[in-house]
Amino acid sequence: MNRYVWPLVAVGVLLIFLSIGLKDRDIRALPSPFIGKPAPQFELPTLKNPEVTIGSKNLAGDYAIVNVWATWCVQCRKEHGFLLDLAASKTIPIYGINWRDSRVEAIRWLDDLGDPYVASAYDADGRVGIDWGVYGAPETFLVDPEGTVIYKHLGPLDSYVWQREFASRMASGGARP
Amino acid sequence: MKRFLVLLAIMFASSSILAIDTDVAFDDPELQARYERLISEVRCVQCQNNSIKDSNVLLASDLRREIRRLLAEGKTDAEVADFLVARYGEFALYRPRMAGKTLALWIAPFLLVLLGGFALFRVLKHRMSLPIDDDTKNEGQPE
Repeated sequence: MNRYVWPLVAVGVLLIFLSIGLKDRDIRALPSPFIGKPAPQFELPTLKNPEVTIGSKNLAGDYAIVNVWATWCVQCRKEHGFLLDLAASKTIPIYGINWRDSRVEAIRWLDDLGDPYVASAYDADGRVGIDWGVYGAPETFLVDPEGTVIYKHLGPLDSYVWQREFASRMASGGARP
Repeated sequence: MKRFLVLLAIMFASSSILAIDTDVAFDDPELQARYERLISEVRCVQCQNNSIKDSNVLLASDLRREIRRLLAEGKTDAEVADFLVARYGEFALYRPRMAGKTLALWIAPFLLVLLGGFALFRVLKHRMSLPIDDDTKNEGQPE
């Protein structure tokens, strides 16, 4: 009898690892090294007016989300409707980082589809994107009033993700209940 | 056949056109060698199975540019690695550094070999204790 125990234990351990590995999750999503750390400092010209800058100073004082987007990003179009709804609900200020994009096309995109952003920073050469560890738009960071990143979402936002990952963290001050 | 050869020629020709900024980045050959080694050890986090040396995506070329900038500023290899890990995590490096979170990654292979060796030792020791001339009697029954 004893000789069957060890193989069973081995299979059990394997099953545990497999179930962790196959759980409902995005395999492209990497653990962000920024969670629980101060949001990276940045200052960039705004998309619509290059004379005006926007940056870390604008984020302080309230919960805010920073949404990295671009006109070449297909999934950004998918989440745009939700961002407009979110902006209309006045739940939270939405700041954009327009990443590696053409200014003309980005402004046209906002004119055509609507502009959910308080303002968008224009990151033409991707320097700020790298500082924020961005590797695939759309990415959305939740920043708390102290300027700490408490969550990062890879991929398009929708109301389900919003309720589950963002709203719950804002309600509990960081941790997901 | 001729058509095939033409196709092949086009394939090879286009691959060299698509090759990424292969221009020498630094005059100093030592610095250039460090640069090339570094970019071949950084994972393109966007494409995940390429190094940024082999990848054509925007982010990879941005990262190459940042690494060139850091090297030009006189940063060490370790400082460049720190720069990347702070932004993209250990996953960005093909050879993650040995520290807290990645310790399991480094130790697991040795642990598995030890475990396997121990099991093998146990089985062999048991077999050796069996009488040798028992072979025919035990046929079809393992151990």
